[in-house]
Amino acid sequence: MLQTNLKHILSEADLKKEITENENVMVCCGRMGPMCVPVYGVMEELQPEYTHVAFRDMEFDSPDAKAIRNLPECRGFAGLPFTVYFKNGKVANATSSIQSMDQVKAILDSAFKK
Amino acid sequence: MINEYFDTIVIGGGPAGLTAGIYLSRAKLKTLILNEGTAGGQIILTHEIANYPGIESISGYQLANVMKNQAKSFGCTIKSNVKITAMNLTDDVKTVEINNKEVYSAPSIIISTGGRSRNLNVPGEDKFKGKGISYCATCDGDFFQDKNIIVVGGGNSALEEAVSLTKYASSVTIVHQFENFQAFEHAVEEAQNNPKISFIMESKIIEFIGDNSLEKVIIENQSTHELSEMNIDGVFIFIGYQPNTESIKDIVALNDRNEIVVNENLQTSIQGVFAAGDSIQKRYRQITTAVADGTIAALGAMEYVNNNKILNHA
Repeated sequence: MLQTNLKHILSEADLKKEITENENVMVCCGRMGPMCVPVYGVMEELQPEYTHVAFRDMEFDSPDAKAIRNLPECRGFAGLPFTVYFKNGKVANATSSIQSMDQVKAILDSAFKK
Repeated sequence: MINEYFDTIVIGGGPAGLTAGIYLSRAKLKTLILNEGTAGGQIILTHEIANYPGIESISGYQLANVMKNQAKSFGCTIKSNVKITAMNLTDDVKTVEINNKEVYSAPSIIISTGGRSRNLNVPGEDKFKGKGISYCATCDGDFFQDKNIIVVGGGNSALEEAVSLTKYASSVTIVHQFENFQAFEHAVEEAQNNPKISFIMESKIIEFIGDNSLEKVIIENQSTHELSEMNIDGVFIFIGYQPNTESIKDIVALNDRNEIVVNENLQTSIQGVFAAGDSIQKRYRQITTAVADGTIAALGAMEYVNNNKILNHA
């Protein structure tokens, strides 16, 4: 399990539940590696500010993470983490590799307008 | 308007900054660490640390977390992922503004902004980051199983990572801008003896090309300026580090490598402003040297605050 303070998605069913029950969901699918840890940190920092967004993580190597890994929007991705933004259950944006606070905020502000 | 007064503000939350935070807070100085990224700095890039005295083996992430919690346990305030938008370090009472709104002040400042991986800064690099271009072999190596990849660089990191990437890739081509490597002899030998590794010397990648993901690179020979195209699945870039000193370049004295100039007590060109860690002028950059710097800078800041008794708290 990922050692973060985010709520973890542990299965494909969990993921489906999260994106069905929440209008805006950001899922960071990665490992405890150098490119992923900063993104989890950014998400933890943004959680109190973006209360209309559900911030979640998922272990990249878990078999059920194929639900993220195999998304058409992640085709061609070759850098951890895979970060996917869901709006009303549909993929609104997806990024590969490390992202800065500014990059994440820009996507949140455009994809999940209040 | 000042939002809060501190005895010392530490800018940067890597090992140097966190160590300074531990020492200052434990000495009952009101201390704030401001960090533009995630606390821990470059050590979170390290998968396993086996040469930190007293700890046989630990991940960089875990060590950073222990340091952060240790600093917090002594009362240090840590603000991560902030953007420093203004600084006044020259007056007796120094101020730092973050996120264009909150302003903090202190009579002493420690700059420990660290360093970051150098980018090539050529067309296509941003576009294909995570889609063929990587800066971390341990993170992304397994995406390149049985693929052909390039490693850019000629130092120890480049050659060691090139060897480690041969576990996955079918071929690794090292592209290096100079005629000779800057790595240790044993690292060069290991790379040269690896049958999967080949070399393109005195050459630079000048463009990354592809559609959704990286497909090829343009390489320029530095002596002949001849251009060649190479189809490739991935490129790993290891061309060293640069100090994060852009925001202070007009404030404190820097050397010709943009490192902060300090004296033996790690004081910068400004009274009350100290510096520590990878952003200062020094030869060796290790976690242990950063920790030592953080200690020295903290002790210097403590002495400065106590000797000057500046009335910061209005």
